[in-house]
Amino acid sequence: MAKFDAEARAGLSLIAPPFLYALVILAAPLLTILAYSFLTDGYLEIIRDFTWTNYAQVMSDPIVRVVMTRSLIVAMVVTAVTVLLAFPVAYYVSFVVRPERKSLWLFLITIPFWTSYLIRVFLWKVILGYNGVVNSSLTGLGIIDEPLTFILYNVNSIVITLAHAYAPFAILPIFVALEKIDRSLLEAGRDLGESRAMTFWRVTLPLAMPGVLAAVLIVFIPTIGDYVTPEVIGGGKIPMIANMIQVQMLALDNRPLGSALAVTAMLIVAVISLIFLFLNRRFLKVRQ
Amino acid sequence: MSIHSKGRGLQAYAVLYLLFLYAPILLLPIFAFNSGTIIAFPLQGFTTEWFSQMWANATLRRALTNSLTIAVSSSVLATCLGVFAARASTRFRFPGRGGMMGFIMLPMVLPEIIVAMSLLVVLLGMGVQLSLLTVILGHALICMPYAIAILSTAFSSLDRSLEEAAFDLGESKWGAFRLITLPLVMPGIISSLLISFTISLDEFIIAFFLAGNEPTLPTYIFSQLRFPRAIPVIMALGTVLVILSIVLLAIGEYFRRRGNARIGGSPTGGLL
Amino acid sequence: MTDAKPMIECRDVHKYYGDYHALRGIDLTIKGGEFFSLLGPSGCGKTTLLRTIAGFEDISSGVVLIDGREMGDVPANKRPTNMVFQSYAIFPHLTVAENVAFGLRRDPRGKAEKAAAVDEALSMVGLKGYGARSAHALSGGQRQRVALARALILKPKVLLLDEPLSALDRKMREQMQVELIKLQRQVGITFVLVTHDQEEALVMSDRIAVMFEGEIAQLDGPEALYARPSTRRVADFIGVMNFLPAEILSHVGGTVTVDVAGLGQVELPEHQISRANPDDEGAMIGFRPETMTLVGPGATHNQPRETNATIDEVVYYGDMTYYDLRLDGVARADGKARTVRISMRNVFGRDVQEVGTRTRLAWSPGSLVLFR
Repeated sequence: MAKFDAEARAGLSLIAPPFLYALVILAAPLLTILAYSFLTDGYLEIIRDFTWTNYAQVMSDPIVRVVMTRSLIVAMVVTAVTVLLAFPVAYYVSFVVRPERKSLWLFLITIPFWTSYLIRVFLWKVILGYNGVVNSSLTGLGIIDEPLTFILYNVNSIVITLAHAYAPFAILPIFVALEKIDRSLLEAGRDLGESRAMTFWRVTLPLAMPGVLAAVLIVFIPTIGDYVTPEVIGGGKIPMIANMIQVQMLALDNRPLGSALAVTAMLIVAVISLIFLFLNRRFLKVRQ
Repeated sequence: MSIHSKGRGLQAYAVLYLLFLYAPILLLPIFAFNSGTIIAFPLQGFTTEWFSQMWANATLRRALTNSLTIAVSSSVLATCLGVFAARASTRFRFPGRGGMMGFIMLPMVLPEIIVAMSLLVVLLGMGVQLSLLTVILGHALICMPYAIAILSTAFSSLDRSLEEAAFDLGESKWGAFRLITLPLVMPGIISSLLISFTISLDEFIIAFFLAGNEPTLPTYIFSQLRFPRAIPVIMALGTVLVILSIVLLAIGEYFRRRGNARIGGSPTGGLL
Repeated sequence: MTDAKPMIECRDVHKYYGDYHALRGIDLTIKGGEFFSLLGPSGCGKTTLLRTIAGFEDISSGVVLIDGREMGDVPANKRPTNMVFQSYAIFPHLTVAENVAFGLRRDPRGKAEKAAAVDEALSMVGLKGYGARSAHALSGGQRQRVALARALILKPKVLLLDEPLSALDRKMREQMQVELIKLQRQVGITFVLVTHDQEEALVMSDRIAVMFEGEIAQLDGPEALYARPSTRRVADFIGVMNFLPAEILSHVGGTVTVDVAGLGQVELPEHQISRANPDDEGAMIGFRPETMTLVGPGATHNQPRETNATIDEVVYYGDMTYYDLRLDGVARADGKARTVRISMRNVFGRDVQEVGTRTRLAWSPGSLVLFR
């Protein structure tokens, strides 16, 4: 008993500095905006009256609804595209690449993720713009007469940019899940007379599913809260939820409403994440 | 053999995918050395004009100093805090471990706008002057989960009996940590510092909202994107930053792997 | 070889991990200069007991004394014990010499003297001249030797060895067993070895404590442990033992008369009767495979007793052959024939017999042990 307490004490005193730091810098501010979201906005000050008005406004305002729906759709499309495009790459690195080359591939895949997010986003604008790389090349080659407009400063270009930005995030969890698969299981599948495709469908894919679900979450959450891409690509005309929160908080100085928006967004994300975690658990249970 | 044909199709796809990943980055140097003032094809001619303009720009130099200050401070802070958390979670069992670690790792999945906005509201509410310090606090928070992820790998691949052996041979607990554990996790610490540094250097949202009037490299870039005339210089700056990031990450990766190899771990596994 | 002075004493030592009772009242005295083994299956508490002696685990209650001194508040780095870890715990960032010299950091001796001590320790374990090598370039056996040198250079009163040979291949293991015995005689200090390998314990130890579920089941020398295990469980854990149901007919003075299934009536003196074993249903007679002899057709023997049997299975091992026999007059148990295993050395001129052969088994009552 004494030993257990000593170990717990040592562990707790070690974890204390980072935990307290996160408590002060993260938990306290989050609780503050939670509190703000129930207060009333007065002119130049905040009136300390408890109210549901902010949430009522968030629920009923058509603009909020449009922006929320847009954010959700963009995030879902980006997630679907990213994960579908990433799976074959993860599969290639895990199953085809020689073991000693794997970390090089992973390194190459991760590098773009860490470098100059802003400039990368801006460059997509350059690539996709009216006189951009794609259009000027295609017109130059005589393939099209008029520049394409469907890739221009709209939701499509936001989706392409975000799908590019979060690609490595999708590859890594899928890769990790594929790496964990016991290769003899696949040989067993083949040995029992399954075709290669059926082995993939019945053995590889189910075993990779936890990684796929992790990839979905890890792409979906930051995408729905992305601020830079709608700002740079959409020129502020196609706001997503993050831009709206910022506008309410700062430009319009309505912190209670901005807080209510932020809390609502977090709740939606949390609910979707929980649904996915629940699906993941159900899935794993069924498999066992 | 059929494995090869399957592998070749996949390989072609993977290479195309890498091209897609690198497409924007590859464009950077092209436009940075292009003498035309408009970012579009066809290219005009070769110039290093934008690089010399970049060096001459006083605001940019101030932004660079600020960014370096922030990146150094926050990576050191995040790594120090990360060492505590990584050691606690890999070496000790204690009540609430999972919950506390989960909370500390939360910024990894929380949209940065939420972190930035809530922190900003609190700081303004408390009447705190926005400065580089407030950015450092925010950056340390978002770098900490990455630092912990790297450091945990380093700490957990360490044989626990090494420290016990040092203790058994007469060292104090601190002596065992200093002489055995610390040198063995040092590659992980260096890797954590470099990655945190890179994240902080590149971070825009928190710097944008919490820096007050002080420019950092990303916020300076953002402010210039509106002016077409400024773009070529930004391309030059981007080229320098990308090269810097790649070098730092490569060194970080080298240390992470060397650390693993030294204590007998596997060389694979990514930065996450 | 061993002096009578107790080196390690454990008195009613208990250890709990939360609700789990890992050590249940260990009473143990290990003498100075003794090669002592803690033997048991994994999870029996043998490593916990060793780590308790080393000072890595606090005890929940009881007393541990080393060299007459109570160890309650003495941490591992202040105890006169040193440990060889199962993983050897060789510091991978240091050279062999730096590893061996690690414990000398606070030693007041000069640099040259320390270097001489390191050389001496290295040559003692057969690694003379390896000092400058980097530790992670060593083989398993070499790591083991470095771990030994690193511990012995501090001249501990007790050397603790946690499964030190389990990571080695069979040949290397057998070689190291002999070397460890020689080394122990050379330095003359107490060795305490933890192992799950009964053969290793029998080969190396002066005395062995067999542990099950946090308790010492039997503490004896190797011969006594093998010939007269105190319970069926100890008998089963150490080597192979055959069991046959027996009925106790009379108990007069020190002598017990039993009727053994297949073997008939025998009289057993006191020293062939094991401690009472409350878990067992009914009395059992046990004997080792090599204590009985298979007699070929027409051959003679000089054993006092003989039993008819049928060969049920033959397993050929090269130097030995194992025979599973059905003894006449032994009832089936749980629907299966109850067999006994006999081992025969394959000496020149003795043929291996075939399955199904009717044969005779020659034996002496002196090889039987009664469990009741």
